[in-house]
Amino acid sequence: MVNFSKNKTFLAFCTLAFGLLFTFLLIKWQIDNKNEPKQVSINVYNWGNHISDGSSEHINVNAEFERRTGIKVNYSTYQDNESLYAKIMSSATKYDVIIPSDYMVAKLIEKNMLRKMDFSKMPNTSTIDKEFLNPSYDPQNEYSVPYTWGVVGIFYNKSLVSESPEEMDWDILWNPKYKGRIMMFENSPRDAFGIALMKLGLSINTIDPQDLKKAAAEMARQKPLIKGYVTDQVFEKIGIGEAALAPYYTDAYIVTSGSKDLGLAIPKGITNKFVNAMCICANSDHPDEAQQYINFICDIEIATENIKHVGYCTPQQAVRERLDPEISQNKSLYPDKEILSRSHTYENLPDETNALMNDLWLKTRIENNNSSKKFICILLGLFLVYLGLSASKIIKKRKGNYT
Amino acid sequence: MKKRIVLSPYLVWSTIFIIAPVSLIFIFAFRDIDGNFSLSNLKNVFMYSDVFLSSLSLSIMATLACLIIGYPTAYLISRTNPKTQKLLIALIAMPMWLNFLLKTYAWMTILEDNGIINNLLFYLGLQKLKIINTQGAVVFGMVYNFITYMILPIYSVLIKTDKHIIEAAQDLGANQNKIFFKITLPLSIPGIISGVSMVFVPSVSTFILSRMLGGGTSLLIGDVIDIQFLGSVYNPWLGSAISLILMLLIFLCMAIINFFDNSKAEKEIAAF
Repeated sequence: MVNFSKNKTFLAFCTLAFGLLFTFLLIKWQIDNKNEPKQVSINVYNWGNHISDGSSEHINVNAEFERRTGIKVNYSTYQDNESLYAKIMSSATKYDVIIPSDYMVAKLIEKNMLRKMDFSKMPNTSTIDKEFLNPSYDPQNEYSVPYTWGVVGIFYNKSLVSESPEEMDWDILWNPKYKGRIMMFENSPRDAFGIALMKLGLSINTIDPQDLKKAAAEMARQKPLIKGYVTDQVFEKIGIGEAALAPYYTDAYIVTSGSKDLGLAIPKGITNKFVNAMCICANSDHPDEAQQYINFICDIEIATENIKHVGYCTPQQAVRERLDPEISQNKSLYPDKEILSRSHTYENLPDETNALMNDLWLKTRIENNNSSKKFICILLGLFLVYLGLSASKIIKKRKGNYT
Repeated sequence: MKKRIVLSPYLVWSTIFIIAPVSLIFIFAFRDIDGNFSLSNLKNVFMYSDVFLSSLSLSIMATLACLIIGYPTAYLISRTNPKTQKLLIALIAMPMWLNFLLKTYAWMTILEDNGIINNLLFYLGLQKLKIINTQGAVVFGMVYNFITYMILPIYSVLIKTDKHIIEAAQDLGANQNKIFFKITLPLSIPGIISGVSMVFVPSVSTFILSRMLGGGTSLLIGDVIDIQFLGSVYNPWLGSAISLILMLLIFLCMAIINFFDNSKAEKEIAAF
């Protein structure tokens, strides 16, 4: 209290200093923003581990693009189509180039979230194989440029699994022999349901609620056998023998071929083929630069470097020819006609079906046990007893006071 | 007036980053996809009542475990000499310097079926334990990550306890047990309460632990909210409704916890 006036001046000084700092930062920020337009930047949103980022001997694609064009690339990644969709719908950030998979491209087109491209400004796209043009998700070929593709296979640990890869089918993921050593797709209900539906021999694009319920029951049956629902830990866990089996996108095999115990099988029956395609968002501020980027990615030299790093299949014949024959001729990595003839592609589903699928998927993953209910009841009971005791104590005290 | 000016940075901060988001949650919770007023989200929340219960019970278990481990630790630290105290508190606070995710990743490798613990048991000729991907592992993760928040408040209350009261009790012939249960423990209750709330609140709303240590097979309520916003379902309306109910639930739990503060409880009961 004695030093109050001193304190006052000190506080006033602090406030002033803080205010000055704040204004300074604000002004600096403004100036920075004004200077910004000289360098255009585009926001690229891609799958994790889906571009050559300079971590291997192959070139850093984004850095190379920046060097050649002077356009800055803000690169960020997502885990699955659905989180990409959530991010775009919440429109927290504007993205220029995004790389969703087939059914998500269709969904985004349907929701008017994509912009039509001018292919005359992207001459390199002419190198894309014909079979990838006018796909079912973009029938007019206006919104998307294929980036990579692949199929879903079963990754397994060679020393833990006795079946040969030729005889493997989806039901091995339900085999009680491997209890506690099976892993499943985590985040995208589409992928998880797809496997259950393929196992049941149903269409992966079914909109029949009964089919979905059957698939959910199948996954509930599988749940006790499962070690965990994971996304990116598949190879690490299988490679060291923590887990024996997991479904995953086959292309990732190259990235992880370091582990000799890791095997890859394409299921005997139906499997899922996917295409990841580059698109431009409808609200993009720099569509021209985005097209420049897509054109750059389709450049044969760049695409070869990129594919060598990411390991996914390329939709460009010229790139495939430049790959190591050991990879481009490997049947599991570059599925042949026979495998492709029995693989299906996801299609965009109506909103109701997606909602039902999400509900069922969440329910599958939620533990419904009664022990927690009992536990809470006991605690509440104890609390009530405590309340009663302390109340009676107080009443006693009061009585004591009155007498 | 001066006080208000000094307070203004925080007021601005809290308006932008606390009041506005919470009001948004409130608005979203009562809307449907088309933006009309609707109670369907709140109704749908009850679909997840099982998840609420299991999250609650897991976090209560974690809080109790923290209390049982944390209180004696804080008590023993407060009894050592000041120099040792500083060192010990620094050691307790040290894990907080590391990133939460990093620590949890480390625990994943330690607790795995072929992890360090199980390998050790194997070499000793003992049976391997199933630790990871159980609810126990999730509770363990909560305890490990949040125990600091239990120890520090209890410790700071304990060192402030007036030594003269204890000396007076000793003079009057009270033994160690009696001093602890009649003086130290009751006086440290405010510390316990803030510790309990600081452990309970983050553990009830945690959302990554169950996926990392629980293998994603038993989602907690935090995961369900996360999925509504960023995961496979884009349903921020339902997510907001769940968050709202969770907030109410936490308020309720805090009220219950506060009842254990004798002085406050007496007032409240007397008010009836």
